[in-house]
Amino acid sequence: MPNELTGTEVQHIAELARLNVSAEEEARLAGELNSILEFVGQLGQVDTAGVEPLAHPTGDGQLARQDEAHPSGLNIDDLLASAPAREGRCVKVRAVFSAESPDAS
Amino acid sequence: MKTTVELVTELLDKAEAKKDLNCFLWQDRKTVLADAQAADDRRANGEAGRLLGVPIAIKDNLMTKGVPTTAGSKMLEGYIAPYDATVVAKLKAEGAVIVGKTNLDEYAMGSSTENSAYGTTKNPWDTSRVPGGSSGGSAAAVAAGLAPIALGTDTGGSIRLPASFCGVVGMKPTYGAVSRYGAIAMGSSLDQIGPLGRTVADVRAVLEVIAGADRFDATSVGLKPAATKAEPKGLKVGIPGEYFGEGMDAEVRASIEAAISQLAAAGAEITKISLPHTAEALATYYIIMPAEVSSNLARYDGIRYGYSVERENGAEKLLDIYKRSRSAGFGEEARRRIMLGTYVLSAGYYDAYYKKAQQVRRLVREDYLKAFETVDLLLTPVSPTPAFKLGEKMTDPLAMYLGDVNTVPVNIAGLPAISIPCGLTSNRLPIGLQLIGPHFADYFLLDAAEEIEKIIDFQEKPSQDSSS
Repeated sequence: MPNELTGTEVQHIAELARLNVSAEEEARLAGELNSILEFVGQLGQVDTAGVEPLAHPTGDGQLARQDEAHPSGLNIDDLLASAPAREGRCVKVRAVFSAESPDAS
Repeated sequence: MKTTVELVTELLDKAEAKKDLNCFLWQDRKTVLADAQAADDRRANGEAGRLLGVPIAIKDNLMTKGVPTTAGSKMLEGYIAPYDATVVAKLKAEGAVIVGKTNLDEYAMGSSTENSAYGTTKNPWDTSRVPGGSSGGSAAAVAAGLAPIALGTDTGGSIRLPASFCGVVGMKPTYGAVSRYGAIAMGSSLDQIGPLGRTVADVRAVLEVIAGADRFDATSVGLKPAATKAEPKGLKVGIPGEYFGEGMDAEVRASIEAAISQLAAAGAEITKISLPHTAEALATYYIIMPAEVSSNLARYDGIRYGYSVERENGAEKLLDIYKRSRSAGFGEEARRRIMLGTYVLSAGYYDAYYKKAQQVRRLVREDYLKAFETVDLLLTPVSPTPAFKLGEKMTDPLAMYLGDVNTVPVNIAGLPAISIPCGLTSNRLPIGLQLIGPHFADYFLLDAAEEIEKIIDFQEKPSQDSSS
């Protein structure tokens, strides 16, 4: 299994997870994550040759149904009431693309 | 015969007297009494309901329309649920009265309720100790007599462990027995909602109401009645050696072994069995669960609901909204698991960790299926130890995780399992006995649990509880 996380890797993971990690937290998190990864790394020793991955615990496949619309019982105003910024029946968000980051921020 | 209003008033007064236990995050007296009155009115009108007028406490990661639902996190502080979880709607339809929302580890992540952003809950048996987690508020509320029944959720033991630490009954149904719609998602292939109560009969009564296939949860299939009646005589009980490890408290071991002897004396056939991948199951869980957590908690981005720096001004770009909202809204354990999950799913590591874990998951499941070819159910301790002291395990995340060794494999395999109180330690801390059944044999499991409950005859209550 792969080896120890560096501070740079911790920052990379934080970026993927959309979290801010300060310099002080970086060292602590690296230590904790490394300790957990070392623990879970024991799976590397299990022989899984020819074993199909299992995603659904009771082994059932996809359940299908007719593609018909049904009332959801949800009220749009109730849902929008939780939004931090709204305009009419829309949630208001910052620009995804901007002059500084034309490839999305 | 008391009215519901009288009964609920007593419970509210009792909760007020015991509020330092911190079981409830929400318990609005006016709303609760209005609901109690509605139940009395329904009864007066001759309406029926399987739980008409029965007070129930609901874990705060279950959506309850019009009521704050926080998942124990700052991320959802003040969030008012816009709809009912399917289980909540079903309980209401049968006339249950929701007396409050109970405390939990943030996003149901934890084994002690110490990860709640709203303070920890104390164990009613010893207030210097944890009630277990993550459904600590629900278990403590039932143990302290603040509600006869409660709902919790169980992803790696979060109903069974607090039930064990608090000396009450708690059950995790088979994956797919109960709809997860409206349960704030943690690990979607592991989560199940389940009941807690003082007796197996009460827990069964709640399961009968909440179980069932639901259009809004495509993984739900419901349950069928038990095929055969469980009786102690001739009941084949398997004891997996791997669940009685070295770190086990001597009094816990003695209590469980005494229960096994009593069961044998009642005619059960006790067999030692092996579940060889038990140790690996915990490692599997701590890869799969954080991976699913990182995916499920991605929705808390400060855009549609929840904590957002957008409400404050100061963030200029969209990326800032995401990062600052998420960093401020989530507590330490949540951040840790999100980071872990993100890593094991990231490019280059997915095969070595996540895919590998899914393969081992199949092996863990196969161990159980093989065991159930020769035995009807399995009997184990819920936890190697009784309730530990507040703060004791908070410095080392791994130490906390290791306490889940007996509960986690059950979620990996999707099986039903129940914790029933088995005895007390010499310092009056409850010990929980776990029974594990085959997939969808939930009612059979409950039957067996009820027989074993009769044999054990646990009648103890926390010493602070002076009422009957």
